[in-house]
Amino acid sequence: MRALEKKLFRDFLRLWAQGLAIALVLACGVSIFLMSFGMFGALSNTRDAYYERNRFADVFATLRRAPKSLETEIAAIEGVLAVETRVTGNAILDLPGRLESAVGQFISLPIAGEPRLNLPLLRSGRLPDHASSDEAMVNEPFAQAHGYVPGDIIYANLNGQKRRLTITGTALTPEYIYTIGPGDMMPDNEGFGIIWMPETALAAAFDMAGSFNDVGLQLARDTKVEDVVDAVDTLLAPYGAQGAHDRSLQQSNAFIDGELKQLKSMAYVLPPVFFGITVFLVNMVIGRIVALERSEIGLMKALGYSNVEVSLHYIYLAGLIALVGIAAGFAVGTWFSRELAVLYANFFDFPYLIFSVSPENYVLSGGLGLGTAMLGAIRSAMAAAHLAPATAMSPPTPPSYSHSLTDRVLVLFRLGQPTMMILRNIMRWPLRAGLTVLGIALAVAVLIAASFFEDSLEEMIDASFYKSNRQDAMLILSSEMPEGVIEEIRRLPGVLRVEGVQFHGAVLRKGHLKKRVAIEGRPAFADLSRIVGTDGRVVAAPRNGILLSERLAQHLEVQPGDLVTVEFLSGRRETHEIPVTGIITSYIGLAAYIEIGALDKLMRRAPRIGMANLSLDAVYKDDFHAAVKELPGLAGTVMLGDTLKSFQETIQQNITISTVIYMTIAVLITVGVTYNSARIQLSERARDLASLRILGFSKAKISYILIGETALLALVAQPLGWLLGYWLAAAMVAGFESDLYTIPLVLNRDTFTWSSVVVLIAASVSALLVRRRLDNLNLIQVMKTRE
Amino acid sequence: MDMVTNKSEVVFRTEGVTKVYDTGEVKVFALAGVDLQLFAGEFSVLLGPSGSGKSTLLNILGGLDHATEGRVWFRDTELTGLNDRALTRFRRDHVGFIFQFYNLVASLSARENVALVTDIAPNPMTPDEALEIVGLQHRKGHFPAELSGGEQQRVAIARAIAKRPEVLLCDEPTGALDSKTGVQVLEALDRINKEFSTTTVVITHAAEIRKMAHRVIRFQDGRIASVDVNETRLHPHEIDW
Repeated sequence: MRALEKKLFRDFLRLWAQGLAIALVLACGVSIFLMSFGMFGALSNTRDAYYERNRFADVFATLRRAPKSLETEIAAIEGVLAVETRVTGNAILDLPGRLESAVGQFISLPIAGEPRLNLPLLRSGRLPDHASSDEAMVNEPFAQAHGYVPGDIIYANLNGQKRRLTITGTALTPEYIYTIGPGDMMPDNEGFGIIWMPETALAAAFDMAGSFNDVGLQLARDTKVEDVVDAVDTLLAPYGAQGAHDRSLQQSNAFIDGELKQLKSMAYVLPPVFFGITVFLVNMVIGRIVALERSEIGLMKALGYSNVEVSLHYIYLAGLIALVGIAAGFAVGTWFSRELAVLYANFFDFPYLIFSVSPENYVLSGGLGLGTAMLGAIRSAMAAAHLAPATAMSPPTPPSYSHSLTDRVLVLFRLGQPTMMILRNIMRWPLRAGLTVLGIALAVAVLIAASFFEDSLEEMIDASFYKSNRQDAMLILSSEMPEGVIEEIRRLPGVLRVEGVQFHGAVLRKGHLKKRVAIEGRPAFADLSRIVGTDGRVVAAPRNGILLSERLAQHLEVQPGDLVTVEFLSGRRETHEIPVTGIITSYIGLAAYIEIGALDKLMRRAPRIGMANLSLDAVYKDDFHAAVKELPGLAGTVMLGDTLKSFQETIQQNITISTVIYMTIAVLITVGVTYNSARIQLSERARDLASLRILGFSKAKISYILIGETALLALVAQPLGWLLGYWLAAAMVAGFESDLYTIPLVLNRDTFTWSSVVVLIAASVSALLVRRRLDNLNLIQVMKTRE
Repeated sequence: MDMVTNKSEVVFRTEGVTKVYDTGEVKVFALAGVDLQLFAGEFSVLLGPSGSGKSTLLNILGGLDHATEGRVWFRDTELTGLNDRALTRFRRDHVGFIFQFYNLVASLSARENVALVTDIAPNPMTPDEALEIVGLQHRKGHFPAELSGGEQQRVAIARAIAKRPEVLLCDEPTGALDSKTGVQVLEALDRINKEFSTTTVVITHAAEIRKMAHRVIRFQDGRIASVDVNETRLHPHEIDW
């Protein structure tokens, strides 16, 4: 090893604490980059492979009932490669040993051969015999949640008839990677299952012989999806179709899209923050080293080392720091990706996870890490290269302080000399002070952006469960029924109050803008499930207009008073111009409301309901569940208490994990910035401080000079951090927003206080570590050292 | 008596060399027209008060600094016409430097400090040989902080001579040393000058050292005040200051 290389390694070892502080910040950037891109790749590759192998459809449509013969006409649409028609339906399940009812999504399997599209992947047992009427295959997560194995029995209320079904096997399907039941907010594998039965048996059960109510299409490459969707809509319109759609509106697919979007926004937002801080820290530390090694640089040049060799020496030093950071980043990133993959495996129902962080991701993140450190070092390395050897050998001229205008103002305050030293130093290097403030502010911002989430979800829960949806249960009917059914439901045990609602698929248009939504019809003064306005007040469902959620109104660019075109996808499929009467807050889905009677009038029919909201007397809960299991015409039940509980549990678990991660990140940033900044000040001022000690200043006084600047900068950083945190939180909320849900931006004082306290503690500890060095300062040695 | 044999061979030649430091407000003339010739194998001493331009001239001769005006030749090469890269090459191949404050790299041992030079020089001796010459073989594993001032300066000399330079430029090599240790350093320089015929230029404040030189050049206010050639030279151990 060459002598210069030995110097490099020894310098590196000597700087270990500062180097480590920087390396850890860089490691955060590298690991998050690796994890988010790695998971993005894993998730999208797995999904693509799964879709491809199990022939996930490109276009989907559901309808009331159409003759099987229509299949040929659908297949004849230009660009259609394959068509799969099925009988599907929801039904209440009665599961042995479970008090509450569960909901089954029934899907038919073709009589001959395997399904052309949406092929279920058998995981255990076998497919049901196509001639049997009491065999069924269930989705694996449902079977696992209940411990079912082939041969076990479940009961289903199919069209009013209680059927005994024998489980023959378990399977997974690309249609339900994210398995969420009707009305649920989170996957609930105990309460919702996918059940495959032979077509003959299911058609008989749902009274659909010779017909179908669900169709999937596979398209040739380069086919315009919109054209096929239009053609399918035209063909199916007479059969009660709700409008065909592509994959983007398929629920499970849309959730994965949302997850991918989040991973992407994480990959694009967070690593640059860490890389930016690394550039600053490396620049600060290498800059100081170059200043300290001025005479050694002169010496190297005098000995005949070229400018390139001298500057490379310092770039390599930054490179070594980067290597430590990259290695740590690789280790943490890989470990993290694996943990997250396990989390995903639980959250999403994939038969396999194609997980391998690709070599390109390592190369890219490593390259970025290395590039970042070098970028930070380049300025100082160039300065070292440009230092004329003769100048380098002579002591540096003292930094020029001058009496600026601010300085003259400060003098008026008659501050003590130590305070003046602090303030002048900040003014002498405003850029460095500014960047230190920015670095600490970013740590505060990261904490705010991580912890506001809990408050936002509290708000979401409060708005959704306590202000809006105050009902105890929702009963989803398998098809709309005359409103007389409300009376029947009221007679169920324990039911205190019933409110009927109905949903209609519709396309809302305003000019060239359009959005497909489900319009909810509900009583004007519904009390169980209420509509809450943006001002927090309860709003009545309008009789002469439509209420839109904020996101929907923004999408359509409409305001109260504007007319929207509503094209109903059900009933007579008529189109109406309806005025927007108000904008309301809704965090889940895209909401649109019309008074139920007015909606029936628009549809030109007698009053009907599709779902009932109930309040229950808890005492009769068991009787209620038992009765529901026997109720005909029910497609699903939702118990809101259970929904809330599972929502809170999932969220709490995720929040605890993310809080720990972000706190670590913020502490690393703070330590990286404050420790390095204080060390550099100690190095620059060791002589001054030693002189002051010799002049009789106490240790406390010189500590004040050293720590004072760091403390002042850390305090100044707080308001900026709050501002950046607000901005970052808003950016994250915007990044998470989708048609499925919107997260409210709720930032309260506790979040700001907590973030500042964590950062200030981390900063104090870093500063105290440096102060300890000050206590050990050898006065004579420092004074003798030639700078 | 020890006269230099080949006086005709000029190693350094300067013509009207001027160096001006422009601080913005005032112009300081560090060198104000220096004409000088230094000969192969000679031991020259530059004397003069602080600020008289000795170090500036030494830096320009060694390719560490540029002259503001005038021309400088090293043998047939005009140094004043060379760019940065060529000057680096010149230093690497031909010049050994010794400084008042030794300028050893603190994180490298004595041997490694010498290796800094042998790593890049075209035809160096080994670090051990160089340390042997200055009598420090036994201390080669020590770091600068573990060496006395005289030892550190001798390591610096070993480092300077390890490349077998044609010229050795020394800026107050004994400036930071007591007289006894200084003599050891001068002996090392003298030995190298004799054994390797290395042209040696030494800046010093200690006027007595002039007695061991072939040629004594006195500086005053950025100009050469006088050039004397010693008929007889003293051995370092005969010098006392």
